[in-house]
Amino acid sequence: MSQSKSASILDARILVPAIGGAFRKLDPRTLIRNPVMFVVAVVSLLTTLLFIRDLVIGGGDLGFTLQIIIWLWFTVLFANFAEAVAEGRGKAQADSLRKARTETQAKLLVNGGDRSKFKLVPGTSLKVGDVVLVEAGDIIPSDGEVIEGVASVNEAAITGESAPVIRESGGDRSAVTGGTQVLSDWIRVRISAASGHTFLDRMISLVEGAERQKTPNEIALNILLVGMTLIFVLATATIPSFASYSGGYISVTILVALFVTLIPTTIGALLSAIGIAGMDRLVRFNVLAMSGRAVEAAGDVDTLLLDKTGTITLGNRQATEFRPAKGVTEQELADAAQLASLADETPEGRSIVVLAKEKYGIRARDMATLHATFVPFTAQTRMSGVDIEGSSVRKGAVDALLAHVNRATVAAHGTRPTSDSIRDLQAIADEMAKAGGTPLAVERDGRLLGVVHLKDIVKGGIRERFAELRKMGIRTVMITGDNPLTAAAIAAEAGVDDFLAQATPENKLSLIREEQAKGKLVAMCGDGTNDAPALAQADVGVAMNTGTVAAREAGNMVDLDSDPTKLIEIVEIGKALLMTRGSLTTFSIANDVAKYFAIIPAMFAVFYVAPGQAAGPLQALNIMHLATPQSAILSAIIFNALIIIALIPLSLRGVKYRAIGAGALLSRNLLVYGLGGIIVPFVGIKAIDLIVTALGLA
Amino acid sequence: MTINGWIQILVYCSILLLLVKPLGGYMYRVFSGDRTLLSPLLAPVERGLYRLAGTSEKEEQHWAVYATGMLLFNLAGFLVLYALQRLQGALPYNPAGMSAVEPGLAFNTAVSFVTNTNWQNYGGESTMSYLVQMAGLTVQNFVSAATGIAIAIALIRGFARASGKSIGNFWVDLTRCTLYVLLPLCIVLTLAYVWLGIPQTFGPYVDATTLEGAKQTIALGPVASQIAIKMLGTNGGGFFNANAAHPFENPDAISNLIQMLSIFALGAALTNVFGCMVGNQRQGWAILASMGVLFLVGVTVCYWAEAAGNPLVHALGIDGGNMEGKETRFGIALSALFAVITTAASCGAVNAMHDSFTALGGMIPLINMQLGEVIVGGVGAGFYGILMFVVIAVFVAGLMVGRTPEYLGKKIEAKEVKMAMLAILSLPLAMLIFTAIAVVLPGAVASIANGGPHGFSEVLYAYTSAAANNGSAFGGLSGNTPWYNITLGLGMLMGRFLVIIPALAIAGSLAAKKTVPASAGTFPTDGTLFVGLLVGVIIIVGGLTFFPSLAVGPIVEHLAMIHGQTF
Repeated sequence: MSQSKSASILDARILVPAIGGAFRKLDPRTLIRNPVMFVVAVVSLLTTLLFIRDLVIGGGDLGFTLQIIIWLWFTVLFANFAEAVAEGRGKAQADSLRKARTETQAKLLVNGGDRSKFKLVPGTSLKVGDVVLVEAGDIIPSDGEVIEGVASVNEAAITGESAPVIRESGGDRSAVTGGTQVLSDWIRVRISAASGHTFLDRMISLVEGAERQKTPNEIALNILLVGMTLIFVLATATIPSFASYSGGYISVTILVALFVTLIPTTIGALLSAIGIAGMDRLVRFNVLAMSGRAVEAAGDVDTLLLDKTGTITLGNRQATEFRPAKGVTEQELADAAQLASLADETPEGRSIVVLAKEKYGIRARDMATLHATFVPFTAQTRMSGVDIEGSSVRKGAVDALLAHVNRATVAAHGTRPTSDSIRDLQAIADEMAKAGGTPLAVERDGRLLGVVHLKDIVKGGIRERFAELRKMGIRTVMITGDNPLTAAAIAAEAGVDDFLAQATPENKLSLIREEQAKGKLVAMCGDGTNDAPALAQADVGVAMNTGTVAAREAGNMVDLDSDPTKLIEIVEIGKALLMTRGSLTTFSIANDVAKYFAIIPAMFAVFYVAPGQAAGPLQALNIMHLATPQSAILSAIIFNALIIIALIPLSLRGVKYRAIGAGALLSRNLLVYGLGGIIVPFVGIKAIDLIVTALGLA
Repeated sequence: MTINGWIQILVYCSILLLLVKPLGGYMYRVFSGDRTLLSPLLAPVERGLYRLAGTSEKEEQHWAVYATGMLLFNLAGFLVLYALQRLQGALPYNPAGMSAVEPGLAFNTAVSFVTNTNWQNYGGESTMSYLVQMAGLTVQNFVSAATGIAIAIALIRGFARASGKSIGNFWVDLTRCTLYVLLPLCIVLTLAYVWLGIPQTFGPYVDATTLEGAKQTIALGPVASQIAIKMLGTNGGGFFNANAAHPFENPDAISNLIQMLSIFALGAALTNVFGCMVGNQRQGWAILASMGVLFLVGVTVCYWAEAAGNPLVHALGIDGGNMEGKETRFGIALSALFAVITTAASCGAVNAMHDSFTALGGMIPLINMQLGEVIVGGVGAGFYGILMFVVIAVFVAGLMVGRTPEYLGKKIEAKEVKMAMLAILSLPLAMLIFTAIAVVLPGAVASIANGGPHGFSEVLYAYTSAAANNGSAFGGLSGNTPWYNITLGLGMLMGRFLVIIPALAIAGSLAAKKTVPASAGTFPTDGTLFVGLLVGVIIIVGGLTFFPSLAVGPIVEHLAMIHGQTF
């Protein structure tokens, strides 16, 4: 799917099939889903029938009527085309996904735990609960959960990412997706989705828009559009009677032309394309929304719950400072700390080596030449270090190291270390914890040297992102397992609005409920099984693709890249979707002003013509000075049809969201789409009128 | 236009603005059930009435129950008023010996007063007995006004409440409005009017001998008390046929000022009640500001058109503005101002003949009504009317800030949009469809006095006035025919109840919703941006709906006049 990201909005591979799609969508059963365009089709059909009647019995201005009819049908076709283009982009992605869904043979385990006894069955015949064996080179036949084994899996078919990922039983990385390939080792998988209901199937139908249902906001907007249409039915249906009172006559063709230009065809035509494009933008972003509703909810989010690690801070702590104990130099501490970390391949260990080099110029030494043996970290000792020719250096959690020093001193001298040095060390450690850091004590041969300050490094630029979110009216809450002191320090540094320290699945869930009780919409992301209840409770729950099956089932979006920072972009995409709808609705309605000034004088010019005058008094309303009544009406209807085509790129791309505050954003959009919507058609209709007249069309 | 004229208009606006807060604050306390200055006197009466009616102020109603109560009450009011008119010959307080009103007219009049329209296809002094005027018409003047205010309060509760099932109690709102708001104010106003010389008597008509020795019958009656509620309740039904142009209804500039103020007073104060109830008075001021912008534009155009006069008359060597159909004691400025006020609110009282206005001057009252009388509007009706436009404005604009639309923390969703569109649709439905039929129906066309576009305006004005529940007549149209009596009556019913019921449905739906706290992402609805937006939506939606009808009416008439053509 990564290759499709580069596909431009208007790609011939999409546009050409979309033309066929535009005609196929003339099927009334499809059209009825879009009430405004359905009405246009009905009146177009009516005019066509009247035209055929006139053709047979003679009468009417056939050339003019024919042109109107052609443009009426174009209006419908352009709307269908817009939808077909939007769907076409999804279809291209669906096709590439379908390739992954090839027929596979599954190794169905007959006898539960025994790996050697399996029979080959078609992947489509698997039922939920079946256990299959997948070995290196096999395609995983369906979605499931790893119940035994570890394997590296290529998930490029789903995520577009070619680097393999590890899938293992237990923990948060147990979910596997049908259609992905095991590269090494073997796993036993319990199937969790029947054929046709797999993640891949769902993805295909989502990107294709096959399961697309109107979202609540779309339904409400449709009601508004139907209401506007009814208002214009009243406004135009009463005109013949007004005309007859005024001593004139208006043909059905002209009335239909007026009616079609007045009803909100522009937004009516583009509404579903906007919706499809919104989902599509998420897909391009490697996020799958399980429903359009979720995308809308994303735009409305008031509170974002963000996990500290990986989202707000870099995944790992880093050494930032050496704080020596009394009577110890910084150099001495740095030297010991570096020695203890030489063989430590953890990011924390490496960061100590780097800091020692950068700050104190201590070069990396070779373990072998030093004749040093590495003492690795264990859960029991909670320390690591090196032993060098009878001397030992250790670093570790403060309490663990103190206990170790205590033991060592008692063993060597029969006395405890001085309480002074312990108090000193403890004070430094406390201070660091208060500032949000993790203290790491260092000792050499029972002597306390000092503390290394390990710090959570807040991601660059995250503070600005949060400020931006605040401007969008979104409150950010950091979720962390740290103690409140540490959490508060990091929260202050990162600029989040609030934090939840020592978070458990339970208090996470109750935090969401609390926010929702205040009427707020909450978004969060999660991957673990214990995140599932919170993911389900949140209005926007983004499950990481690396997560468990339970998490993926509970969320209403899945992030294929498993990048929790994406929540912020998801919110922006939701907002852009809503904004595009609102802006084009405003534009569509504002357009009507110019259309009235084009058509009303043309229709009513023949009324109350004073003796000796060529046209009636209402000709004065022809402020655009359109050439003739026919050219005026024709220009209006041509403009009305062409504007649909002209706005397809905007509706697919979406109106960009800017975090400049709601008031400023609204005035900006009102200026562009409201005022612009009033002015543009005046210019457009006049230009078309000049062309129409020059070509002698009317 | 003169400086003097503008000073009078500005004086009016200033006094009105000063009234908004005290009156709004008082009404807020009344409808919240708080103690007021009048409580010691009226609370026992109020409790007695509830006991009599078998209800209690603690009893809250679901919106459907509220609506049913309102409909039944109005139906009963209609039946009583219809019966009173049909039977007036046999009933007391009939010194002029009026006979029964014929069925079509009685239907039209009963509907007219129940719907707060007060369209009058009759001349009061020549048709109605004192009993019908007082026990029938004046009673409806009170309760139809109270009904409107009650609905507005119920709708405001919808916005103010969160996760609730009920929107108040119709009987309680109706009683409180009548007892605490309308009655006390009317007593004060009546006394003022009597002091200014407006008659208030049960005595028979007086015969006078004129200077030429001719005998003239001078109609009298309990006028002052009816005028008080006629204006305050935006009813507008005059005691006399000439309405507020009649010297006994509106003797001088002071009475004119008081009457204009009382037309707008309660409607304007309701915006403050709204602000108080939703906990942010600026929200109310923003809505009043939107109304104010539309109002001032209307006044300017109307005053300008009337002051400019008719170029064809100027060509004859007669200078000055258009004084045709105006009272010299009010002049052009106050006639234009009154015309705009009475049609902006759904009052319909007139102190000049709108039919005689210039084409553009007469178009303003027409537009005011076509917009649904949301510029301050009828008591209550104007407020729930403008909230329908607010729902639409917020729905479209709200999307443009990238959130699903919300107003005062309430999500505006499919149901609210549906109901608001229904309410907005009901007006053009009644106004345009009936006009379209009437202008091609030979029998109906025969009632039109003038030809051409002016005659068209007369019919359009009649149906517009009926559906908007205004009641003012353009004049020139002989409306007392079966066709007009029935269709105008239907128009009034549609314009009233097809708006009220959706409004209550919205109230119920909103009350049940949670209130979303405002954030930097919600667009502020208490600033100039919102005012501009709301004005824009009202003008565009209203303008688009009615542009064709205005084009073949006043607009073409005006353009023809420039070309020297009159009708």
